[in-house]
Amino acid sequence: MAYGDTVLQRNISFTVNRGDIFFIMGGSGCGKSTLLRHLIGLKRPAAGRVLYGTTDLWALDEQQRTALMRHAGVLYQGNALWSSMTLAENVALPLQHATDLGPSLIRELVMLKLAYVGLVGFEDYYPAALSGGMRKRAAIARAIALDPEFLFFDEPSAGLDPISGRHLDDLLLELRDTLGATLIIVSHDLASIYSIATNAVFLDARAGTMLAAGNPREMLETSDEPAVIDFLTRGTGKREVPCP
Amino acid sequence: MKQAPRYTVSSSQPGILDLALSGCWKIGCPLPPMAEILARIDGSLQTVRISTTGLTDWDSLLIVFLRQMLLHCRQHGIEPDLAQVPEGARRLLQLADATPQQGLALATPRPGLRARIGLAAIRLFAAGRDLARFTGEIVLELLRIPVGRSYFPPRDFFYFLQATGAEALPIVSLIAVLVGVILGFVGAIQLGMFGAQIYVANLVALSMVLEMGAMMSGIIMAGRTGAAYAAQLGTMQVSEEIDALQTMGINPIGFLVLPRILALALMLPLLCVYADLLGIAGGVLIGVSMLDISLVEYLRQTREAITLAQVGQGIIKSMVYGVLVGFSGCYHGMRCGRSASAVGESTTAAVVMGIVLIVVSDAVLTILFNIFKIGAL
Repeated sequence: MAYGDTVLQRNISFTVNRGDIFFIMGGSGCGKSTLLRHLIGLKRPAAGRVLYGTTDLWALDEQQRTALMRHAGVLYQGNALWSSMTLAENVALPLQHATDLGPSLIRELVMLKLAYVGLVGFEDYYPAALSGGMRKRAAIARAIALDPEFLFFDEPSAGLDPISGRHLDDLLLELRDTLGATLIIVSHDLASIYSIATNAVFLDARAGTMLAAGNPREMLETSDEPAVIDFLTRGTGKREVPCP
Repeated sequence: MKQAPRYTVSSSQPGILDLALSGCWKIGCPLPPMAEILARIDGSLQTVRISTTGLTDWDSLLIVFLRQMLLHCRQHGIEPDLAQVPEGARRLLQLADATPQQGLALATPRPGLRARIGLAAIRLFAAGRDLARFTGEIVLELLRIPVGRSYFPPRDFFYFLQATGAEALPIVSLIAVLVGVILGFVGAIQLGMFGAQIYVANLVALSMVLEMGAMMSGIIMAGRTGAAYAAQLGTMQVSEEIDALQTMGINPIGFLVLPRILALALMLPLLCVYADLLGIAGGVLIGVSMLDISLVEYLRQTREAITLAQVGQGIIKSMVYGVLVGFSGCYHGMRCGRSASAVGESTTAAVVMGIVLIVVSDAVLTILFNIFKIGAL
């Protein structure tokens, strides 16, 4: 992973299993979001492969890559809702674009997705008129519009209060169980890492590579990397889950 | 009255330097010159003992002073005795030392002249390739419209038509009338010297129809719509909205760029015709009020002065300007960086590029029209 000649991370290798809630952890500026951009086909890695099953994402041509990414939904750090469209139009656009469904069915689907995230009644609002938490949920509704197999989240809990963060975790679990989706989450929110992660990888800015992989709770017990332990214990070094 | 920060250096025992700090060491007071103390520190010393009995108050100014002295001492292998330095200041000094030099060295040595020329050439080449690539993407998307594989919401398109067309009418009216008045005025003075005032009608009509109508509306659009396009797309780039489109398999060129450019290419010829008419009306104002030409006479002279082919030449030009202005707005918007200042830069670049392209293409088109004798004078 590199920007020009500046190498951010090297020698990263990990596997995400179907149905995982996989966290990409690490301190600020270690390249978590960049890794995510590699995974969702927005930025070509300087070296290496991104495999979906046995398909190498970056060996495909642009059309095939687009087709593969149809199976993915992405929640961006800043939500990236299209600000010139209402919530309903935001959620409807991927449906209109990727399917041949009629307008009434699309409307039904949109209402359904908005209902999942608890935003019924707000479908004709513009994103700017909503609170941060509601925008986040609206962006999730858009990400799940096409019932994706893979869901990518870039810092979903950033800017949310603890209670909203908790509700978001519940929502993520619900999504995995009901849609059968695989969740890949970039985050440094320890509370949600401990409560929902099944698998994770830890990137370190100073080492410039990944320092640990596996379930974060096990990581906490078994890792001997001081940077990992520091991160997982908020720097206290006590090997216990800080927020049960 | 606060005392200015001061220090005195003395040496009571061999190998030990006594540094006495006094006064108020706060930002806003002048930092005493470091030269004296630094000159006294050398390898022959064992330690520097700092006393702070006269120190009344301190903040970062003291830290800056002590840190510079500390670094100098360490170069000579001396560890100063900080025991008397206030506890808080000692902790701040430790904190400043605790952060290791991290991050990647961004400052690279300035390359030589030849290297800089080479780098500039590479950048120029890359920029040219990028422009060609963007143009190619637009053309490819354009070809996909008739096949029904490119998609943009009609509502967006109509919105852009309204924003670039109808909403621009007031400003275009104002500018076009004034340009007509100015041309008429200049012509009235010059032609009046030959007693050929009636030819003001020819001058105004020809200038408006061939050049000014298209160019003025084009430049207004570059400042108005080109800038708006760059700002809209740039902001969407900043808030990752364009990334979101891409990951959903929606081509941002087809979805965002095409409707904008098409709207401008359609509306600018209409604005051009409108500007032509109002410019001539501006000429009428001068002709009737200053030169005592009757309205009917002026209009008949105008009708004889211009041909349909000449009007067509202006309209074709304006359509080209529309494409170019839309192109530069969208190009700079899509290539915008991810910060607020980048949006400003791309907006500026879009307007500048739009105006430059209008003038350059005007020159090229005028020459071409003359070679092929289309609506030539």
